[in-house]
Amino acid sequence: MNPANSLKKRELKPAAEKPRLKKSYLLLRLWNYLYQYKWLLLLAFVLSVASNLLALVGPKLSGNAIDAIEPGRGAVDFPVVFHYAGLMVAFYAASAVMGYFLSIIMIRLSRGVVYKMRKDLFEKLESLPISFFDRHQTGDIISIVSYDVDTINASLSNDVLQIATSVITVLGSLGMMIAISPKLLLIFVFTIPISVLFTRYNTKRVRPLFRKRSAKLGELNGFIEEMTGGKKTTAAYHRERVVLGRFSQKNTEAVDAYFTADYYGSMVGPSMNFINNLSLAMVSVFGAILFMGGSLSLGSISSFVLYSRKFSGPINEFANILSELQSAFAAAERVFRLLDEPAEPADAPDACELGNISGCVAINDLSFAYDPGKTILNHLSLYAPCGSVIAIVGPTGAGKTTIINLLMRFYDANAGSVTVDGHDITRVTRQSLRSAYTMVLQDTWLFHGTIFENIAYGKENVTLDEVMEAAKAAKIHKYIMSLPEGYNTVLSDNGVNISKGQKQLLTIARAMLLDSKMLILDEATSNVDTQTERRIQQAMLKLMKNRTCFVIAHRLSTIQNADLILVVRDGNIVEQGTHRELMRRGGFYYELYHSQYESE
Amino acid sequence: MKTLMSYIKPYSFTIGIEFVIKFLGTIMDLFLPWLLSYMIDDVVPQNNLGAVYFYGSLMVLCAIAALVFNIVANRMAIKTARNVTERLRYDLFAKISFLSSRQTDTFTTPSLISRLTSDTYNVHQMVDRMQRLGVRAPILLIGGIIVTLTLEPVLTLILIGILPLLAAIVLFVSRKGVKLYSKTQAAVDGMVRKVQENMTGMRVIKALSKTEYEKQRFDEINTEVIERDQKAGMLMALTNPVMNLMLNIALTLVVVVGAYRVNAGISLPGKIVAFLSYVTIILNALLTVTRLFVLYSKGGASARRIEEILTAPDEMQILDTEEYSEQSPYHVEFRNVSFSYNKVRDNLSGISFALKRGETLGIIGATGSGKSTILNLLLRFYDPDMGRILIDGTDIRAIPFETLRTKFGVVFQNDFLFADTVRENIDFGRGLNDAQIASAADAAQAGFIQTKEDGFLHQLAIKGSNLSGGQQQRVLIARALAADPEILLLDDASSALDYMTDAAMRKALHHDYSHTTSIIIAQRISSIMNADHIVMIEDGAIIGSGSHDELLQSCESYREIFETQMEEVCCG
Repeated sequence: MNPANSLKKRELKPAAEKPRLKKSYLLLRLWNYLYQYKWLLLLAFVLSVASNLLALVGPKLSGNAIDAIEPGRGAVDFPVVFHYAGLMVAFYAASAVMGYFLSIIMIRLSRGVVYKMRKDLFEKLESLPISFFDRHQTGDIISIVSYDVDTINASLSNDVLQIATSVITVLGSLGMMIAISPKLLLIFVFTIPISVLFTRYNTKRVRPLFRKRSAKLGELNGFIEEMTGGKKTTAAYHRERVVLGRFSQKNTEAVDAYFTADYYGSMVGPSMNFINNLSLAMVSVFGAILFMGGSLSLGSISSFVLYSRKFSGPINEFANILSELQSAFAAAERVFRLLDEPAEPADAPDACELGNISGCVAINDLSFAYDPGKTILNHLSLYAPCGSVIAIVGPTGAGKTTIINLLMRFYDANAGSVTVDGHDITRVTRQSLRSAYTMVLQDTWLFHGTIFENIAYGKENVTLDEVMEAAKAAKIHKYIMSLPEGYNTVLSDNGVNISKGQKQLLTIARAMLLDSKMLILDEATSNVDTQTERRIQQAMLKLMKNRTCFVIAHRLSTIQNADLILVVRDGNIVEQGTHRELMRRGGFYYELYHSQYESE
Repeated sequence: MKTLMSYIKPYSFTIGIEFVIKFLGTIMDLFLPWLLSYMIDDVVPQNNLGAVYFYGSLMVLCAIAALVFNIVANRMAIKTARNVTERLRYDLFAKISFLSSRQTDTFTTPSLISRLTSDTYNVHQMVDRMQRLGVRAPILLIGGIIVTLTLEPVLTLILIGILPLLAAIVLFVSRKGVKLYSKTQAAVDGMVRKVQENMTGMRVIKALSKTEYEKQRFDEINTEVIERDQKAGMLMALTNPVMNLMLNIALTLVVVVGAYRVNAGISLPGKIVAFLSYVTIILNALLTVTRLFVLYSKGGASARRIEEILTAPDEMQILDTEEYSEQSPYHVEFRNVSFSYNKVRDNLSGISFALKRGETLGIIGATGSGKSTILNLLLRFYDPDMGRILIDGTDIRAIPFETLRTKFGVVFQNDFLFADTVRENIDFGRGLNDAQIASAADAAQAGFIQTKEDGFLHQLAIKGSNLSGGQQQRVLIARALAADPEILLLDDASSALDYMTDAAMRKALHHDYSHTTSIIIAQRISSIMNADHIVMIEDGAIIGSGSHDELLQSCESYREIFETQMEEVCCG
């Protein structure tokens, strides 16, 4: 692969290039999500502290009970045993009730965070410029919205609270242990630093591995989405095995990334356990020494052991959480990176609504390039008076669709300007500009919903009658009625039972319901047969009436009546005029026109 | 789960070894408290410092052994999970690749995507955690119980007494959990669909200022996913405190009963201390088991969804070649073929035509009349309900897919380009040489490729979005021609081409691919008027067939179309 090529490939995946986000920044962003639930969080915190404290009292109580059990026949002090046993049950029950409420609150909270995060992500998507969608894999985005958010959630809901309560448990146990035997506590002076150092070392090593794990999974999902979309073509060429081979490679990469991350991540548990056991051994040895010295009772050793388990338990857990947080951080990075994508630039502060307009469009000296240096449009100028029909013709790839992109501000021009009724379109709100246009594209877009919903999509509060009227005008009503469910037929994902031409007719029906001053037809009927096209001509003319129309078409017959025909070639307007003028001129248009009807 | 188990089975030996190692590690873990109790009850009273040190060191040794064994076992578990997931996901993708079109329609694409992504991920996690915790927790549980039995059999009975109750709870919860999580995953399908829709339709959505509406729609789906997930979560949340409470009550009972036993002189307080220590271990093990069941519920729901696809029957059987072959002068033949997508109304009825090798068939007809369906049947995406389709006299249902589908070069209406080089998009993994690629691109009039600075290595963006519509079509046509196919199928493949390019391409096809049998669907009569045969389709039936001149005589609709199209030329 040559360098220019690999450069291009990197451009397609900009996420891989950006520097990593700081951990503190991620934490702050995550905290913002939790902050909206600050009261719930506080309640959860109080509950968990309380339930942990209650649970903490348990061993002390059982220690007391055991101390009352004197060895030897009939030596047991039963009232004391029962007293403490009763207390134990009461405390444990209270602790369980609190534990339950705590989980409920945490579920609420974490689902709330997930909901908000997904909402934010989706709303972000809606605000992004079109160029984003031309560059990003759908599957990768799906992966962020589903998998990454889930990963964050898994650790947020469990870990954050765990960390908080761990601190409490640790402090509580510490207090209890000091009460029992301050000397034994010295053991932890030795073991705790080991845990801390180990954890630090391990997280540092594991973090990049988890980043890779998230990224690889996103890549795999991107591939899956892409190839599932092309399933029919793959089958038609019997290329399933080849696609499978490529899938296999990406699959292996993804599971390998998962494996390596876990390979190191999974060391944490046993290592912490080891440190635990080490302290246990030391506690018993030193406890024995102290007992022999007569400064510790047997019951105290037992309580101490229980507490030291309770004590190192949270530290243990803490280390586990830290390693789990690594995957959450990796996921959060992807989520926040998407949330940080620059949205479509805000409307100019003095932007006005494009209200009642007549629809005169002027393009002045417009230049544009998608990639710097590769000019698509070069100093283009034209004037479209209200109600005129402007046709744009030219060989494919000459920049026709780009003009539409600029008119509707899907992209902004590099130089020059477009005005509507004298308003520079960069000085009006995008929404009002776009709703001043009706657009019918060659690339039809229908969504999973009923036919009614699909036609009514562009306009609020449309009645069935209006929809039917539009469908009749677009000559698709008869077909719709032939379906068992009629207008309530749900368009399935693959649209098996609907042809491309019919889809175009549905989009035309959708456009007919709209009421705007400017119309864009980009190969709107390219897949509709001539007969049908002819039959909908009346309706199309009605659609075009009193509107400024921009028509892109290959069938030159459809544009012969245009007020102005622009012939575009390599980003330049090489000819312009009416059909008659252009034909008389005998230039490029003349050539194009005649080539249409030549047969071999 | 059955299917998933069959994926795990090949690793049963490894898992067995892993089990043993984990077992040893866990035994070490269990041995520690026993040593502790031994020290407190027996060694310490002896006042022998040497013995204390000895047993202390033994404890440290056990701890080290536990560390090593557990890490090794964990790593083996991760490796197994990795391998199982890799194969499962691979097989799932393979199965999905070969699903029949009807099955794909039923499962729907977003659901297939989420099964491949979200569900395989859930299963990966389950297999991984199940092994890691699933070995340790039961061993701790059973081991703990056995040790307590030797320590104090009567007290242990108390523990054992509550176990069935706990088991019942776990069983109930996990069974219900699988159902609830299945529902969650189904809602996730909807979420995937919405994101996918918006990613592809953003131009329209923005043009119609529907972003607010889309946000609302997503909000509904988002809420649904959350609510279903929450419902499952709530159920799971109940288990932990309940189990905790039960065990703690058992623990209290142990103390009370223990007191009686000590009082009766049958037991010692040190034993009860050690006993309680084991109960804590058992308690933790049980909590882990509960967590495992949560994992199982989630993973089980996903495994079931994956299984649904893996066990889907292979719908397209290959019939016996001998039986379904005959001598025929025709290359491609449709014999009285009828077909319906929904089995309610016929989309095609009684279609017949026959083409000799090298002939061209033009198909023309109104939008939705069934033109593309003919290609879908010829490629055997669907089987006809009636009638037969033959290639060289053999029923296509008797031709293995590999043979059948490699005969064709196809361009569909909404065809698919992927993010790779132009060359790779044309080659499509068939290993064609540069000359083949270049000559196909020539015939497809894709000269624009040469003007790109990196030529055939020009990188396409996702869905080829950095090419214009006409350029995309030409790359697609080049793909169809590149392997010099026996049969060429073009479904409105030149709709985005200007006439000059279209005409040049037809000329090239006629000239260089005269041995190729072609079926061309078109809107413009000029695209097919020179075809050897033309059929005119209306509402799924052939209403006219013959050559261009014959049809002009015999078929009124055809003549009308022709006149309309010509009229536009002459009188415009």
